Amino acid sequence: MAKITKVLFDPIFKENPIALQILGICSALAVTSKMDTVIVMTLALIFVTSLSNLSVSLIRNYIPTNIRIIAQMTIIASLVIIVDQLLKAYAFSISKQLSVYVGLIITNCIVMGRAEAYAMKNGPWMSFLDGLGNALGYGLILFIVGFFRELFGSGKLLGFNILKPITEGGWYPTNGLLLLPPSAFFLIGFIIWALRTWKKDQVEEEN
Amino acid sequence: MANDTVKRTLTVAFLLCIVCSVLVSTAAVKLKPLQEKNKALSTKRNILQAAGLLEEGKDIDQMFSKIQIKIVDLASGEFDENIDTAKYDQKAAAKDPALSIRIPGDKDIAKIKRRAKKVPVYLVQEDGKLQTIILPIHGKGLWSTMYAFLALEGDANTVKGYTFYDHGETPGLGGEVDNPLWKQQWVGKKLFDKDWRLAVKVLKGRVNLKKPEAIHQADGLSGATLTGVGVDNLMQYWLSENGFGKFLIRIRNSGGGNG
Repeated sequence: MAKITKVLFDPIFKENPIALQILGICSALAVTSKMDTVIVMTLALIFVTSLSNLSVSLIRNYIPTNIRIIAQMTIIASLVIIVDQLLKAYAFSISKQLSVYVGLIITNCIVMGRAEAYAMKNGPWMSFLDGLGNALGYGLILFIVGFFRELFGSGKLLGFNILKPITEGGWYPTNGLLLLPPSAFFLIGFIIWALRTWKKDQVEEEN
Repeated sequence: MANDTVKRTLTVAFLLCIVCSVLVSTAAVKLKPLQEKNKALSTKRNILQAAGLLEEGKDIDQMFSKIQIKIVDLASGEFDENIDTAKYDQKAAAKDPALSIRIPGDKDIAKIKRRAKKVPVYLVQEDGKLQTIILPIHGKGLWSTMYAFLALEGDANTVKGYTFYDHGETPGLGGEVDNPLWKQQWVGKKLFDKDWRLAVKVLKGRVNLKKPEAIHQADGLSGATLTGVGVDNLMQYWLSENGFGKFLIRIRNSGGGNG
């Protein structure tokens, strides 16, 4: 039981894929200007990472070492295409907003990294949980970044007005910088700072 | 290891590919009808948006019932009433040699190579008077063909709305053609000058609103000069006499009547 908790929850704060391993930054910049895209992206990543870890782990004893990366890619790519098709069928407007970034989950280092580093060496159940945990860790950072960007960038959360912007007759001057991808760099930087102040062992040693 | 023999490698790779391709194609085939339905709804939505008739939360099909679809023969500018508008597919027609024309290189400013001879237009009439004309137009941007609906007032000159609904330009740069703010600036612009010459232009940079020609001009997209050039080119083509020119003249001469 202790092991399950560790595998599932360690990636959320202790070994967060974005904050500690600095993986998956590209999509964390691109999809966080609104909360609804954040939610869909997180769900998509949970689906892909946990299932790819599960499938890779199931066939890990049959995959020849010299084609293992390609085999993992094939599985990941198939899962991503399925997610993309599902989104187009059931969440058309969100899938348009996410545009290429759903397809780019294939190149998200977190998915591939977990398949190679964990699922190739561990059993299916543990691998599934590891994928789930890492996707949740990724999702957590996305939620924090998305929350600040949407709230202060457009005065809204999930499309509802919270701070009524001047452009709609309110009082809040929206911060355009927060709607642009670079602002996520600052926010992720602050999150990493906060996390490392809290958990000192994450601080890298200086040479 | 036994896994690493050539035979084993090929077998595993083969089986893996079979399983994955079955999964992917099942998903693609099973979900196709739903996706097509979404696409059709989204097209209607975009037409309504260009026309300024879109109200959130209302039934799209019901709002769309105000809009009339007509097929225009671009060579004459006349309506062709013999075609079933529900079944007509402009993209398919543009590929069919019998239903399309090849655009000669020097005239092909929108870089679309072929275009359908007959094109649908969407009309909104109120009390027998033509209120809005929505033209489907497309052309090449930097990377991709950009598809748009351009809505005009009954005078066939004043822009009422403009939406780009399908393109593959760089997100954040050229992709800003579908940014609501950028689209908003088009509202009220005039396409033709007082002698009915095509005057509309997408600038590189911002429009100087003090100049008299500002009424014909739109801001370019920063960081996406070539996408802006593409937007300009496709308008130059589709609004010229090679595109909707004859149709627009006919509307203008009928005084914005019942077209």
